[in-house]
Amino acid sequence: MSTINLIIDNKTVSVEKGKTILDAAKKINVRIPTLCHHEDLCVAGNCRICVVQVEGSRTLTASCSTPAEEGMIIRTNTPKVRNARKDIVALLVSEHNTQCTTCYRSMNCELQSLSAEYNIDNNRYLSILKPNISIDRSSWSIEKDDSKCVRCQRCVRTCAELQHVNALTVSGKGKDMKISTFMELPLNEAICTNCGQCVIHCPTGALTERRYFDRVWEAIGNEKKHVIMNTAPSVRVALGEMLGYPVGTRVTGKMVTAMKRMGVDSVLDTDFTADLTIIEEGNELLQRLKKVLVDHNSSVKLPMMTSCCPGWVKFAEHIFPEHLGHLSSCKSPQQMFGALSKTYYAEKKGIKPEDIVSVSIMPCAAKKFEANRPEMNSSGFRDIDAGLTTRELGLMIKQSGLNFAELEDSSYDSLMGESTGAGVIFGATGGVMEAALRTAYEVVTGKEVPFKNLNILPVRGMEGIKEASIKIEGCLPEWSFLEGVELRVAVAHGLINARTIMDEVAEGKSPYHFIEIMACPGGCIGGGGQPIPTNEEIRKKRTQAIYEEDMGMPKRKSHENPEIKKIYKEFLKEPLGEISHHLLHTTYKKRNHF
Amino acid sequence: MIQTENLLLELIEKHGNSRDGLLPILQEVVAKENYLSEHRMVEIAKALNISSAEVYGTASFYTYLFTKPMGKNVIRVCKTISCKMAGKQEIIKAIEKTLKIKVGETTRDKNFTFIESNCLGWCHKGPVMIINEEVYPEITPERAVEILCEMDPKHLSKF
Repeated sequence: MSTINLIIDNKTVSVEKGKTILDAAKKINVRIPTLCHHEDLCVAGNCRICVVQVEGSRTLTASCSTPAEEGMIIRTNTPKVRNARKDIVALLVSEHNTQCTTCYRSMNCELQSLSAEYNIDNNRYLSILKPNISIDRSSWSIEKDDSKCVRCQRCVRTCAELQHVNALTVSGKGKDMKISTFMELPLNEAICTNCGQCVIHCPTGALTERRYFDRVWEAIGNEKKHVIMNTAPSVRVALGEMLGYPVGTRVTGKMVTAMKRMGVDSVLDTDFTADLTIIEEGNELLQRLKKVLVDHNSSVKLPMMTSCCPGWVKFAEHIFPEHLGHLSSCKSPQQMFGALSKTYYAEKKGIKPEDIVSVSIMPCAAKKFEANRPEMNSSGFRDIDAGLTTRELGLMIKQSGLNFAELEDSSYDSLMGESTGAGVIFGATGGVMEAALRTAYEVVTGKEVPFKNLNILPVRGMEGIKEASIKIEGCLPEWSFLEGVELRVAVAHGLINARTIMDEVAEGKSPYHFIEIMACPGGCIGGGGQPIPTNEEIRKKRTQAIYEEDMGMPKRKSHENPEIKKIYKEFLKEPLGEISHHLLHTTYKKRNHF
Repeated sequence: MIQTENLLLELIEKHGNSRDGLLPILQEVVAKENYLSEHRMVEIAKALNISSAEVYGTASFYTYLFTKPMGKNVIRVCKTISCKMAGKQEIIKAIEKTLKIKVGETTRDKNFTFIESNCLGWCHKGPVMIINEEVYPEITPERAVEILCEMDPKHLSKF
């Protein structure tokens, strides 16, 4: 690898060939402002905010899209550069809906920060904001407000490069250029998975999640209503970022206290139903293996694929409608939780299900859509009444006036508040697989999964597609058909990787028995409902926090969760039984591919 | 329907089913069918295995690729400054009066659509009118009407 030497602001720096001026500047702690640039995405070079002066060049140069060259002499902070940047920001502001005081992204907006930094206080250009731009609120998950769009196309690149969905595109050109869908269809009619990656990659308030927290406050304030909140595993390792903590801080105990103090009647854990998912899904896998290996039943599909991620589920419904048989019939932990909250919980607590408001706190935009899927009402009521994001919970905590940092830790309420480390790791890519293996292996052989400290490292990490295999040895008599079987599993995160895996499945060439798929890069810790910004470094820190949380749990295998044992004894009777089938399992529907 | 299916098959045969084939396919569909219907764009997306949004995004970028139904003949008058100074407004008035439509509209018989365009590169010989791909530089209102009436004599009497 050859090295390039250049001088930035009188400081010499060496970088690998192919690195940009922006990369080189970062290396010596020179911060060049950016807007269209995002670490996760390819270079676009369309906003020009990152211009610098390169000696010998007549014009200014965009540092994000210009490779560093040997001997370059660069200045990043001259009057010419500053004025150009100021002009660019002012022009962007001139066509922007600058109602910052009413904007959801206020104080967390890259355009707002830039205009503050470059001090666009004298309204240098008249507003040319187009009148009558309507906000698209057709989707349950995502809200699109073109009046706040700076047309950086980060969303379009996200949808194409990370997700390979291409629901968003650029239409028109020049002053008519806008971010749109096919034929300007409203988002609920577009081929959109609701993953929300566009939302966490949007620098402004143009793309945001649909917000339901006001309804939740109403319910909390209504004495007749019994409000239950369940919190997804990855929320506890990211919420802190909303409240001034460094990335990767675990705030589980404080979060639970905050929610109780906000007036939530019962603070419970989605991890409980994550553990339950493992029991149901693990048994489903074993049953499928039996049907294929012993009964040679060709209508049963292998590999089985996880179904806890609603972004992935909708993706499969759109893009691979002929192969939905591979998806586990298990509802996601959120929906299992909802269904049980209106049945089992209601019964045990002696509360009428119609008085229960079941709210989930999710790292996710797609969960909002999932909660609103018409079939998700097997309890006789909406399984989940509202799905909020980590960001919405962060805002609610701020609104509640609590001093989060000073709160003591407390633990989840019961019922359905107990969980294991296996439930926690659902929040990171590979986690569902790891949790499933910890349980399935033990069910089949009676022994712990043969990995040190139960940590199944091959399925962890940020590689797009991960694979592992475990040879099953020493089976208990009833599972003897699995003796010697090499169980092959794969894990994919980011829908672009899901597509690669699914193409193989569709061709009938998939060598795996079980595949975990999460729509978002990094899994839920990088979800579309997580704090902004989210990037590779942040995803890694949150992931680390998830595994720390797992290591700190007294029980780390789903089947050891005492509340899980209890619910089977007292309510569900058996995995995949009649009640499970009714409450915890679902079906999928074919949707438009194009 | 069978005929249109054949058209797409033919185009795929000719231009391949990779992303590179998108633009020539769009151009030929417009040449044959006058515009890109929603149905047609979805078909193209399927054939190339790309999203329909990408097809629409590409189509909407180009002025000569229509995503809305157009008349059989598309009349364009340059709206930019040189042609404006050379009197494009008079040309527009004359065309509007002859065809009884406004800029942006299509005649009821779907024979003509009239639009303004950005610079057509004929600044030295403005005002300029283009009908389909035929250029008419230094056009006068009288000549414009004459051309339209030659193309569709029924407008003759009405003028």
